[in-house]
Amino acid sequence: MSGADGVFTRSFRVITALVLIVWLVLPLIPLGIWSFAKGWFFPDLLPRVWTLDAWEYALSDTAGVMDSLGLTIYISVCATALSILVGVPAGRALGMYRFRGKAAVELAILAPTIVPGIAVALGIHSVFIWLGLANTVNGVILVHLIPTIPYMTLVMAGVFANHDPAFEQQARSLGATPLKTFWYVTLPAILPGIVVGGLFAFLVSWSQYILTLLIGGGRVVTLPLLLFNFATSGRNDIAGAIGMIYILPGVIILCLTARHLSGRSSAVGGYGRL
Amino acid sequence: MSDRTKIILLLLPALSVIGLLFFGGLAIGLMRSFNYMPVIGLTEPNLAAYVAIFSDREFYLSFALTFHIAFTSTVISCVLAVGAALLLRRAFIGRVIINFLFQLNLTVPHLVGAIGILYLFSQSGSFARLAAEWELIARPAEFPALVYDPYAIGIILQYVWKEVPFIGVIILANMQTIGEDYESVARSLGASKWQSFRHVLLPLIAPGLSSASVIVFAFTFGAYEIPALLGANYPAALPVLAYRSYTDVDLASRPEAMAIAILIALLSAAMLCAYIRLSRRGMGR
Repeated sequence: MSGADGVFTRSFRVITALVLIVWLVLPLIPLGIWSFAKGWFFPDLLPRVWTLDAWEYALSDTAGVMDSLGLTIYISVCATALSILVGVPAGRALGMYRFRGKAAVELAILAPTIVPGIAVALGIHSVFIWLGLANTVNGVILVHLIPTIPYMTLVMAGVFANHDPAFEQQARSLGATPLKTFWYVTLPAILPGIVVGGLFAFLVSWSQYILTLLIGGGRVVTLPLLLFNFATSGRNDIAGAIGMIYILPGVIILCLTARHLSGRSSAVGGYGRL
Repeated sequence: MSDRTKIILLLLPALSVIGLLFFGGLAIGLMRSFNYMPVIGLTEPNLAAYVAIFSDREFYLSFALTFHIAFTSTVISCVLAVGAALLLRRAFIGRVIINFLFQLNLTVPHLVGAIGILYLFSQSGSFARLAAEWELIARPAEFPALVYDPYAIGIILQYVWKEVPFIGVIILANMQTIGEDYESVARSLGASKWQSFRHVLLPLIAPGLSSASVIVFAFTFGAYEIPALLGANYPAALPVLAYRSYTDVDLASRPEAMAIAILIALLSAAMLCAYIRLSRRGMGR
């Protein structure tokens, strides 16, 4: 069929592809340039002075960007670990069993992926104030579970739907304890799914803004909060550097998992929330 | 252990966390929006917060703006994403690059995209500088307002930038599963390219397209940081309005914030129902 395409069709295709490529990278370019610029004023198309000042500032011990990076990694790692602990069993129940009320359970787990964070975070905040969890790192980790657990559960339900329980039964009939069966039979089979789901759950937590802002009350300053503050206070150079640091985990995770990322995998659904 | 007990034990941790945090948060928000909170002595629920919101002109402007943002972004993203998926279906130079960029773009948080759009389209941004270079404008103020503007153009540009790859990746996978046989049959029976797209391919990808657009609509309706960064001060998008009332020095406006949050939740619940119905229909095919 493609042999029948005329010159017009082919050149149209190439031009659209070029426009698409430029458009996809375009917003990241000024961000990158700003991080190396000093006093880049209108109407200069490119900065007159190139420096590493913004990077030095961002990477220095005193500016707090590195502390914020560490804190953000800590929060996302904790939220991911907890959502794996909770999401793997739930995924097993949804992926391997049919039971009464399954549709309702699925609905309850799907709901947080559609309902925006701000709609629930205000109510949670007033409870967290009584519990002493407002303005704390632990409170922020807890509230990050709202988007990460459903995500992890849905990914694991997909993994378990293709999981054959016969191997587990054989291990049990040969005398393995349930724990041993899980460790030596189930876990190796589902581990790739856990890793991919966990990496994306990490990204989901990594990109949270309003949940952190509300529950952390401005005291728990993760990277996106810092980035927002620098961008709105006109420090474009530092915002540029932080922005580059902030997208790095996503790029790394993309390189690690590119082959898992077809639109067919349930992992992609979670990207709607990043 | 019976299967029933096993299922309950497996689901218990996830359901309790979601039940407590998500549904608990919603319930508390709902109670506070009715000024009802026995623990702090508010024992008589009333509709004061809702009356206050619905008699405030800013709320209607804000709602209209938020709906415009979500609707326009979703429609534009869907159209462009289907076009991009049609393009990426064929092998050609650049396909690998676009595929990679689509996935890269999926991992970039919305906030970073929003700052990028700000640096590109603001009145002293890259495009304004290009316009000055070509002597189309002399001062930044002469460049059309594309961010902080009443039509939310900057916000929509950002959402389109992020959501075209999201919908595109889903639709492309959809198209690859369907294959091109149906269209070939239509073409061999004399259908034009447009007819085979409109009457054969489009109905086949419709379920995937509609469930993806529900996710996009709900997200763009409820997101905070993008309108907070790129939006005009007045009227502000609903999530921004809710956050502002919640953090107002006047604590009396907190129930109003809760009421706005509940309205956002209601709308997304409607979206959720639509999503379920659409994905059921997709599976039943």
